[in-house]
Amino acid sequence: MTSPTWNNPVVKWIEYRLPVFSFTQEHLIDYPTPKNLNYWWNFGSLAGITLTIMIVTGIVLAMHYTPHVDYAFESVERIMRDVNYGWLIRYVHMNGGSMFFAVVYIHIFRGLYYGSYKAPREMLWIIGIIILLTMMATAFLGYVLPWGQMSFWAATVITNMFSAFPLIGEPIVSWLWGGFSVDNPTLNRFFSLHYLLPFVIFGLVFVHLWALHVHHSNNPLGIDTKGPQDILPFHPYYTIKDLFGLGVFMLVFLGFVFFAPNFFVEPDNYIKANPMQTPTHIVPEWYLTPFYAILRAITFDIWFIPAKLIGVMAMFGSVLILVLVPWLDTSKVRSARYRPIYKQVYWFFVIDCIVLGWVGFNSPDAMFMGAVSFLRIGQVATAYYFLHLLVVMPVLGKLERPRSPPESISAAVTKETDTVTEAA
Amino acid sequence: MTDAPTAAAGAPHEGETRRDFLLIATSVVGAVGTALAVWPLIDQMNPAADVLALSSTEVDLSPIEVGQSITVVWRGKPVFIRRRTAKEITRAKADDTSDLPDPQADADRVQKPEWLILVGVCTHLGCIPLGQRTTEPRGDFGGWFCPCHGSHYDTSGRIRKGPAPENLAVPKYVFVTDTKIKIG
Ligand code: HEM
Ligand code: FES
Repeated sequence: MTSPTWNNPVVKWIEYRLPVFSFTQEHLIDYPTPKNLNYWWNFGSLAGITLTIMIVTGIVLAMHYTPHVDYAFESVERIMRDVNYGWLIRYVHMNGGSMFFAVVYIHIFRGLYYGSYKAPREMLWIIGIIILLTMMATAFLGYVLPWGQMSFWAATVITNMFSAFPLIGEPIVSWLWGGFSVDNPTLNRFFSLHYLLPFVIFGLVFVHLWALHVHHSNNPLGIDTKGPQDILPFHPYYTIKDLFGLGVFMLVFLGFVFFAPNFFVEPDNYIKANPMQTPTHIVPEWYLTPFYAILRAITFDIWFIPAKLIGVMAMFGSVLILVLVPWLDTSKVRSARYRPIYKQVYWFFVIDCIVLGWVGFNSPDAMFMGAVSFLRIGQVATAYYFLHLLVVMPVLGKLERPRSPPESISAAVTKETDTVTEAA
Repeated sequence: MTDAPTAAAGAPHEGETRRDFLLIATSVVGAVGTALAVWPLIDQMNPAADVLALSSTEVDLSPIEVGQSITVVWRGKPVFIRRRTAKEITRAKADDTSDLPDPQADADRVQKPEWLILVGVCTHLGCIPLGQRTTEPRGDFGGWFCPCHGSHYDTSGRIRKGPAPENLAVPKYVFVTDTKIKIG
């Protein structure tokens, strides 16, 4: 890409001292992008936009919110009733959390299907998983702030997980609490950290994009770009496509905000926190239920390791293990399009994750259609989750005979080869 | 080894180890210094002096009838006080010899068999078990039942079934008079 020269003297003056103009030109305008990206590639930009929406609405909420056990719940109710447009800002922030996870989960499953984590994009993938972890922490901390019954008991149950670790467990928990139970000091620090972490995510996103811009986007064929005939400049081709996607996304997002703003929340969170009474049914937000199901699936000790500790380790492990995916997948072919068997087990894995999410919503003792307990379903789904990543992926990569991908992106469209006629 | 520059470097050889020493010493001092500076930033999150100061509660037991339970607040947590019936005491003692996940004799969990005093926090993930009222479910062993993930506690507050790993904790308490205790 040849950098244009600028004639405006002010632009020239700035450019010489801080090359923001050529940087923008290189990374947002001329940036070479494979020309065959499909709509699954919209979700990265949607995630970035959602993060921005969360930060803007969050900062505004913080102007009216009071992080004190005696006022937090009331201050959120005041935002809802008295603050100008407070209801709108809060509903955007509240539903925005769910939208953020929906978008990021699709973004991740896109990567899993098209092998976007494979060399040379391992760092890009790993940073993505770190972003996911930080998002989970942020959302959990935010969920505690309105100080409803679910806020309080989610905080209690999640912080208590650390007590599973021998010796250091109890000191860690009281350190997290700043007391002997979840209380005012806990709420205060959660607010402080909930304010901080989104900016950490922002920094991580920057590094994520930095890694992306070194080797550029993968694409549905999973093959490298071979030259100018395979690429398009980012602007206007993908700016406009991302903008169109944003329009569709906003219809869904604002559909929830205006027509079903409490769709994702538990009614119990509109009851003020009561440390003396646990609600009968505690569930996390939908985006954390798969991990909650894994936590509860472990009801048995293994050797001397108590069930509680294994459950906590399995839960954290289920996210951390994703870091290893670039090495667990031993296949040389990136895109599932050319992997006839992987393509099928992939969907099995997607269904497995959805099943885990659904199990996490239900009480473990409840029976599904009177036949099998949710606990048992959760155990089978948890077993497959780890089996898929630790056994199926490595073994399949060695055994499967992939079909051969086309020579290049442009060859795939100019020559009618039978390898490209099917759609993903 | 034989040409002039390396020969000249023979003397600084001593200087090199000295430089290594200085480098290591500086790094160590730097690391220890950083650790010392970071500690206050970590320790500030531990319970503060005023939180620690609030750590004992006195309870008058006289209004509690046999078979009744009350819940009091201690350090922001519920404490269960149950005046056990003779039947409950016998059952708790009889169970001393059953297969207990966290073995402990009933006698080691009470000061006076009639008064069972427990921290009302499930040892699994911290929910408050049901069973303080006679109308609430008390689980399969007549003590308490935690609805969060289904832990059953017996009439001595010992874990019998479910994911909780330990018995309900017994807080530190003393009988100030025959009908008054001080918890903490
Ligand atoms: C990564 C981006 C963020 C996520 C995923 C997120 C998530 C959440 C969630 C799930 C809630 C609970 C909503 C409810 O049930 O009411 C919440 C509340 C809150 N958040 Fe955020 N948040 C983010 C960024 C921010 C930022 C940057 C601020 C700025 C200080 C902020 C300030 C607040 C405040 C004050 C509340 C309490 C008011 C309320 O509950 O509506 N958030 N957040
Ligand atoms: S918190 Fe009581 S069973 Fe999980």
